[in-house]
Amino acid sequence: MVTRLQRQYGSGIQEAKSYVSQNYLLLDSSITHEVLQILRDEEEFDYCVDLTAVHYPQREKQFDLVWILYSFARNERIRVKTMIADGQSFPTSVDIWVTANWLEREVFDMFGITFDGHPDLKRILLPDGWKGYPLRKDYGIIQQDQEWVKINLGIESGQ
Amino acid sequence: MTDPTTYLSHLELGQPDNTFLDSNELIINMGPQHPATHGVLRVILKLDGEKVLGTECVIGYLHRGVEKIAEHRTYTMFNPYVDRMDYVAAVSNGLGYCQAVEKLLNVEAPPRANYIRVILTELNRIASHQLWLGTHALDIGAMTPLFYTFRDREEILKIFEKYCGARLTTHAFRIGGCQYETYEGFEQDVKNFIHTAPAKIDEYEELLTTNRIWVERTKNVGNISAADCKALGVTGPVLRASGVKWDIRKALPYANYSEFDFEIPIGQNGDTYDRYLVRMEEMRQSLRILHQAVERIPEGPIMAKVPKIMKPPVGEVYHSIEAPKGELGYFIVSDGSTQPYRVRVRPPSFVNLQALDIMVRGQLVADVIAVIGTLDIVLGEVDR
Repeated sequence: MVTRLQRQYGSGIQEAKSYVSQNYLLLDSSITHEVLQILRDEEEFDYCVDLTAVHYPQREKQFDLVWILYSFARNERIRVKTMIADGQSFPTSVDIWVTANWLEREVFDMFGITFDGHPDLKRILLPDGWKGYPLRKDYGIIQQDQEWVKINLGIESGQ
Repeated sequence: MTDPTTYLSHLELGQPDNTFLDSNELIINMGPQHPATHGVLRVILKLDGEKVLGTECVIGYLHRGVEKIAEHRTYTMFNPYVDRMDYVAAVSNGLGYCQAVEKLLNVEAPPRANYIRVILTELNRIASHQLWLGTHALDIGAMTPLFYTFRDREEILKIFEKYCGARLTTHAFRIGGCQYETYEGFEQDVKNFIHTAPAKIDEYEELLTTNRIWVERTKNVGNISAADCKALGVTGPVLRASGVKWDIRKALPYANYSEFDFEIPIGQNGDTYDRYLVRMEEMRQSLRILHQAVERIPEGPIMAKVPKIMKPPVGEVYHSIEAPKGELGYFIVSDGSTQPYRVRVRPPSFVNLQALDIMVRGQLVADVIAVIGTLDIVLGEVDR
């Protein structure tokens, strides 16, 4: 499967390795949506287990988007990763796996990554008026508390 | 492949359509504080009389930022937090997390620890299903099963309490094995439970399986096909009731599940009644596993050699287990320090809840209650 993809996309497949016997692909962000489609249609990865992101603020392309896919027919799991920059939006994968709907909303909620063509991209776990994206590394863990006590109790820190 | 637009789980909440005077489309709010939503879940329903035209779930009331907390705790310190997600199956949560970190550290729990893990996890599966059955039946209007299941669940919680001192948020396992050796009489307690449980499960079935009201309220309610389940990523008993024979304990075995002999029960119609039957049978299969495990439990150490200060090598790992509700996965990124760089929890309840919309469309309002019950969601896990 990997050699077939490599023949088709060449250097777009940046890495195809396995770590602690778990396979993963690192793809260029321009071809990722297409490859995901191929993985579902031709390689039978019909179950999107999870979609999430990881933030690396020191990198130029700050975010890793990670799909974890499973194939019932092959009984096999694969991880697909791609790197995107802050502010760069990414084509939605709701058209490939419907389950990506809420998963993408959560990624948007926590990281502020937008997905083009998503049917209803809005915050899912946090209230609509929330400021900032909590799972970014520059979002302090007690930031919210500090702000609240400052406004409501007039003290510097609640810790 | 089904057209993805049929799954849209949001409503166009504009002005109600009043072009016709007899139009009685209604938007009503259910929850968040409602006993039948099993926690704080708010569902916005679009109704035509009693018929549901669409739903939208509003979640996040119990959001505690577990994934953010993880980045600020060491691997060991984060362990008790995972119990607070699915708080009725805390043991399963702990097992998934400990095994994921063990994979990162490249250590393996010793055989005796694996046996203790399997015994406690399967006991927890039964406890979780009992709690589900009691509350689900109560929602539909049968009050008696609640007393029966809670009476019997107590026996399991007593074993947990004797083993590790806690009944719900057990924190039973450690990275590398178990911290506690079994107490004296542990095996006898489990054996007593296995001995008495089948008759009790029969008792629940006697109350419900052929009960006219139960059958009317659950048969052909909340149907979901196998194709829809796969497209929506639905796992656990809901997937199996739709006829897919898939259980991670068999498909990708973890701990020492490959050593035990058990069946995966499946349903045919994917309705609420089938999901009920599947879970009842799962309890019996768990008893089978327990029976084999408690007979064969070996002697030996219960902890692998793990460093006091854990610094897993740089890398990423995804590990998932079959929790009572479905596939519970942990995606952990290590940057080589004592704290995880990122912990992502793949909660089964969150993903399964997305199927609510397609399951209740065209059904009655009362069926929404039945479907929320049958999905077996725990809001602590949905919101994390």
